[in-house]
Amino acid sequence: MSNEATLHGHPEIQTSHDAHHDEHGVHHHKETFITKYVFSQDHKMISKQFLITGMIWAIIGGLMSVLFRLQLGYPDSHFQFLEDILGSKWAKGGQIQPEFYYALVTMHGTILVFFVLTGGLSGTFANFLIPLQIGARDMASPMLNMLSYWFFLGASVVMLSSLFIETGPASGGWTSYPPLSALGDASEGSKTGMDLWIISMAMFVVSSLLGGLNYISTVLNLRTKGMSMTRLPLTIWALFFTAILGVLSFPVLLSGFILLLFDRHAGTSFYLSDIFLATTGKALPNEGGSAILYQHLFWFLGHPEVYIIILPAMGLVSEVMSVNSRKPIFGYIAMVGSMFAIAILAFLVWAHHMFVTGLNPFLGSVFVLLTLLIAVPSAIKVFNWLTTLWRGNIRFTPAMLFAIGFVSTFISGGLTGIFLGNSTLDIQLHDTYFVIAHFHIVMGVSGILGMFAGIYHWFPKMYGRYMNNVLAYIHFWITLIGAYLIFWPMHYEGLAGMPRRYLDYSNWISFNQFGGLNRFISTVAIIVFAVQLLFIFNFFYSIFKGRRVMTRNPWGSTTLEWTAPIRPGHGNWPGEIPEVHRWPYDYAKDGRDFIPQTEPLGANESAH
Amino acid sequence: MSTFFLLLILLFGFLITFQIAKASEYVGVLKGEKKNFESNNRVNGFLMIVFLVLGLVGVYWCNELFRGKIVGESASKHGEQIDTMLYITIAITGVVFVITQILLFWFAYKYQYSEKRKAHYFPHDNRLEVIWTVVPAIALTVLVGFGLFYWFRITGDAPENALQVEVTGKQFGWIFRYPGKDKVFGKKYYQNISDKDNNSLGLIWDDASTHDDVVVGNEMYIVKNQPVKLIINSRDVIHDVGLVQFRQKMDAVPGTPTTLWFVPKFTTDEMKKKTGNPDFEYEISCDQMCGRGHYTMRGIIKVVEEDEFKLWLLKQKPNYVQVFPDKDPNAAKPADSAKAAVTLPAPAATASIAK
Ligand code: HEM
Ligand SMILES: [Cu+2]
Ligand SMILES: [Cu+2]
Repeated sequence: MSNEATLHGHPEIQTSHDAHHDEHGVHHHKETFITKYVFSQDHKMISKQFLITGMIWAIIGGLMSVLFRLQLGYPDSHFQFLEDILGSKWAKGGQIQPEFYYALVTMHGTILVFFVLTGGLSGTFANFLIPLQIGARDMASPMLNMLSYWFFLGASVVMLSSLFIETGPASGGWTSYPPLSALGDASEGSKTGMDLWIISMAMFVVSSLLGGLNYISTVLNLRTKGMSMTRLPLTIWALFFTAILGVLSFPVLLSGFILLLFDRHAGTSFYLSDIFLATTGKALPNEGGSAILYQHLFWFLGHPEVYIIILPAMGLVSEVMSVNSRKPIFGYIAMVGSMFAIAILAFLVWAHHMFVTGLNPFLGSVFVLLTLLIAVPSAIKVFNWLTTLWRGNIRFTPAMLFAIGFVSTFISGGLTGIFLGNSTLDIQLHDTYFVIAHFHIVMGVSGILGMFAGIYHWFPKMYGRYMNNVLAYIHFWITLIGAYLIFWPMHYEGLAGMPRRYLDYSNWISFNQFGGLNRFISTVAIIVFAVQLLFIFNFFYSIFKGRRVMTRNPWGSTTLEWTAPIRPGHGNWPGEIPEVHRWPYDYAKDGRDFIPQTEPLGANESAH
Repeated sequence: MSTFFLLLILLFGFLITFQIAKASEYVGVLKGEKKNFESNNRVNGFLMIVFLVLGLVGVYWCNELFRGKIVGESASKHGEQIDTMLYITIAITGVVFVITQILLFWFAYKYQYSEKRKAHYFPHDNRLEVIWTVVPAIALTVLVGFGLFYWFRITGDAPENALQVEVTGKQFGWIFRYPGKDKVFGKKYYQNISDKDNNSLGLIWDDASTHDDVVVGNEMYIVKNQPVKLIINSRDVIHDVGLVQFRQKMDAVPGTPTTLWFVPKFTTDEMKKKTGNPDFEYEISCDQMCGRGHYTMRGIIKVVEEDEFKLWLLKQKPNYVQVFPDKDPNAAKPADSAKAAVTLPAPAATASIAK
């Protein structure tokens, strides 16, 4: 079908039989370095571009957190080297200045949420897995796909450049609430830095829309013969729902940003009202705007966004967990159903970020109900993962370790969501370290663990080599233990009401009892960061020097990507695309270790 | 220099780790892939159980360590309800946490690869699915029920006799206004704000009810056991009135006033004794990112007995009187204070914005 139309590939290994089949389908066009590695339209290459860009961002964003953790852990110390590197404006006397601290936390949040865990995660695995697992030659539109990456890179360049301007990058937090973000006179970071932030984010939205539309149409239209929707691996379902969430919510965010841009430069009053600025000694003319409107627009994306991050991770983990337990995923339909429920509910809970903005208490109570409702599908997923492990025959590959770690942190962070979703408790906990702990564990750590699971599992398919296992084990255990050591104690700080986004607590009678704890957290954070460098090293080293993959299906998987050649060319399968005859989780069925999706049902075999 | 040294050590550590990793990969090849896999699997399986045990012990220990450092007894009646809610939630989620984490790591350990084991083909079971849809749903309903019950009480209307105080946030401090004898907050307009002319809230002097309004900075006085209602505003960007000991929090939004109310249970002096900290103060922390000084935006609430409060209030000069000392009713001629309407030297009122 239309698959053949998007066929550009040149198969790597061709048996004469295949070649015969294929002659009219494959037109061998010349590939230069530029078309192969730079302006590539091969989904696999684009996926690697997303991955490596995301990894670079992760290092930058992580390094920023090390810097501000230094300040938090050692507010009285002078780190001369900081002044040497950053100059005396940002780090006078070796101490991080407030403007710079806020710039760092803002950039850290923006980078990790959008550039690493959205662009990096979805971009990598949607691109890599969708065509390979549904049995397509490439995306529906390889061209848009390429543009999606280039818009992402453009957004990256703009965001990065904002670090180097004189007034510094945006510094109003990753949520950038106006009026602070609208008024250059209220904050240095709201000058040019904020404009660049908005431009960069707008490009990012374009990138994710191009990607998302492509993923949706590919999943809907380009599935191979026999691949009905209910035979899709859970990875694909997850990426599919993710794309839908993104397509429906990112435009709303963009509209919020555009209004912000108008308020900044066109004299409009969407968000501004009754403002007097002490820095200029003047009152602004704007009246009648609502600062809260922005928060509605922001969180209408912002909440779906957190699921945009976690759903792909859930999909990767489900797949990895089933393969390495040598058992079908438990409750396939319930897994799809709960993702569907999450996708719907994700649009109906945004105001739980706004319980104490003066929101009408009755409206608040509706959002409490809907928010706690979303915990049900999350619970279903957790129990299904646990049952998948039960009576399995588990192989602790690095990917599997990360998948187990994911479930652990998802449980921990999900449970604290139940605290926050309860408006009564949120009065005490809002904007404290409890929130920081919650979303880092449930989104940050879980998201990144899921991503690692994906990288370790599909690395052999991406590069035809393995990563080093011992380094991977070290990476896993230190990361998991470190993550808990960093974020678990933050719950206590939050219960004590310790506000987030403070750079020094020593003058506060209510919050200065945690100095020692902050120092401890900072130390662990630095160690964990160092271990991530070990991973980066392992990754790049293994691309060139890793142990070679010798068989097509090293993990004994049922899914289609492992039927392609070890290093598939553009077009993925030499010869015809395999046909699918069963669901993707026939492990341990009828006494067989696994049965690939391509194998027809036996004479008296029942579909699962 | 020491930084350089640290980096060197780090690099060295990396190299060693890498060499070990490389070497063990070779050893693995020598041992045979299968054997190598099995021994690695055993080690990781064992670590699963170690992690579980140490983790649970760690959680317990962490609780013990910090129990005394998280806020003590609530200093408001509302806060007691929030604390009750907190304990209910901790109990329910705590049980779920322990059970699920144990199952997770214990299954991982118990069902680790063995040549003898055969994985069990178990794709679904409707009864189980129903159980773990319904049970969490019930637990959450309980939590929602309690939560909303308290929520409506806390966010309900303040009692009639509540002391009213207007709180205004600005970059980076707090301004408090008391309505004075007439119990009415006089009108204000933000274009009238002028720090220079000591009119930090933009009060309209034409409105006679502003004349007894008392405006103070930094410290706010309230009365023990009397409900207090805060009317919260902002002069510039969004701030947030965070009252840790009273378990209250509300954003200060420019252009949109918000409110909160509570009943303080202990005076500041009582809290000094209770906490054993002679420097204790009730602090207002700004809990919404508001610019470079956000972390310094500290206000103080003094909770006092009623007599002391009255005395304090008497001593405060209304803003109006500070601006127009000759209009002080307590000074010589009280007669003309009635027609105090003055044309203002209001520079901000007509100011256009140059930006
Ligand atoms: C189990 C269901 C969950 C519930 C009931 C829940 C509830 C909440 C609530 C009420 C808040 C607002 C807290 C506040 O600002 O006062 C919050 C914050 C947050 N949650 Fe969750 N959450 C859940 C799961 C998740 C998941 C799965 C993710 C991400 C994958 C996530 C990511 C976040 C983030 C990023 C924030 C903070 C944003 C910010 O203020 O900077 N949550 N959560
Ligand atoms: Cu949310
Ligand atoms: Cu603030």
